[in-house]
Amino acid sequence: MKQRLVQLEVLRYNPDTDSEASFQRYEVVCQDEWVVLDALNKVKESIDPTLNYRWSCHMAVCGSCGMMINGEPKLACHAFLRDYEGVIRIEPLAHFPIERDLVTAPDDFMEKLKRVKPYLIPQQKRSLDEGENRQTPAQLMKFRQYSMCINCMLCYAACPEYGLTPKFIGPAALTLAHRYNQDSRDAGRAERQEVAATHEGVWECTFVGACSEVCPAHVDPASALQQMKISSSIDWLKEHLMPWGSK
Amino acid sequence: MSRRPLVREVPPTSWFFRHPRYLRYMAREVTCIFIGAYCVLLVVGLQRLAAGQASYEAFLAALRSPASIVFHALALVAAVYHAATWFNATQKAMPVQVGEDFLPGTVISGAHYVAWVVLSFVVLFLAGVF
Repeated sequence: MKQRLVQLEVLRYNPDTDSEASFQRYEVVCQDEWVVLDALNKVKESIDPTLNYRWSCHMAVCGSCGMMINGEPKLACHAFLRDYEGVIRIEPLAHFPIERDLVTAPDDFMEKLKRVKPYLIPQQKRSLDEGENRQTPAQLMKFRQYSMCINCMLCYAACPEYGLTPKFIGPAALTLAHRYNQDSRDAGRAERQEVAATHEGVWECTFVGACSEVCPAHVDPASALQQMKISSSIDWLKEHLMPWGSK
Repeated sequence: MSRRPLVREVPPTSWFFRHPRYLRYMAREVTCIFIGAYCVLLVVGLQRLAAGQASYEAFLAALRSPASIVFHALALVAAVYHAATWFNATQKAMPVQVGEDFLPGTVISGAHYVAWVVLSFVVLFLAGVF
């Protein structure tokens, strides 16, 4: 198996001793087919056990190992070493506070996720006796791609609006709001609009589109947010120009 | 062990140099300045027209100056770029579902380009070009 010497430049921060973060260089022999996460594991096992980072599934499903790799938000388990030349610069996800080394604090995202009520809010509660809440394939396709989000937060690290205006609810949370709004079994749009159709919600988005470009699950948050802007505008028009038709 | 997360600020005036995709976004946004400036020019033209024949002819003469021609060339390039970027973005904002499938994005964007061409010909027709 082909091997190569990989140079990693990793941003380190220890809250107990450091006031600033600084880069540390590692050189490690890797297999050619490895991903960046494998290289970090090798560093931790054989060179520096104090290096901190999150990971779990190693198959782009859990969304834990998001980090900036050469300035691009990536899942470390999905970034192949063969696609990089020279020194690979690894930093924690941008726009999130650094807890330690490559570990960031996701508290803000978790709080925002909760605010958009990302779960089914049915018109009426159904008992189990009533059986399945059926949906046609067409109704499923309306929201299916938006349900693929793995909450990895790469879209937040790519979104300059979130970086500059942290109160922005952000791409993934708003996309999940859209996902449930589009679900034929859901009746919770009005509740979600209280958060989504605000200046902190979709109207903070200026359609940079970076969220969709970096999403490892091929979700298109930019499309979800633009569709929410259109439907919110239609709400506004109905309310102000056709008050008789708004309800 | 203490919890003391380190916050890294985003540089407010230079963040868009961090990645080519941000520069593309800024190019889309900045080109709207030319469109705004051209709208102002049209309003000034209307105002000169209302002021009388001599005033309007002076305005038309000013439009033939080299500076005006350079501005119009720049405004045309900026307007085409601005329009194209938004037409290309329409497929995200206005997906059309037919049964279980969505129309290809190129159809949505393409329809906007076709409408653009048709409307341009209508404007040229109304202006007496044909």
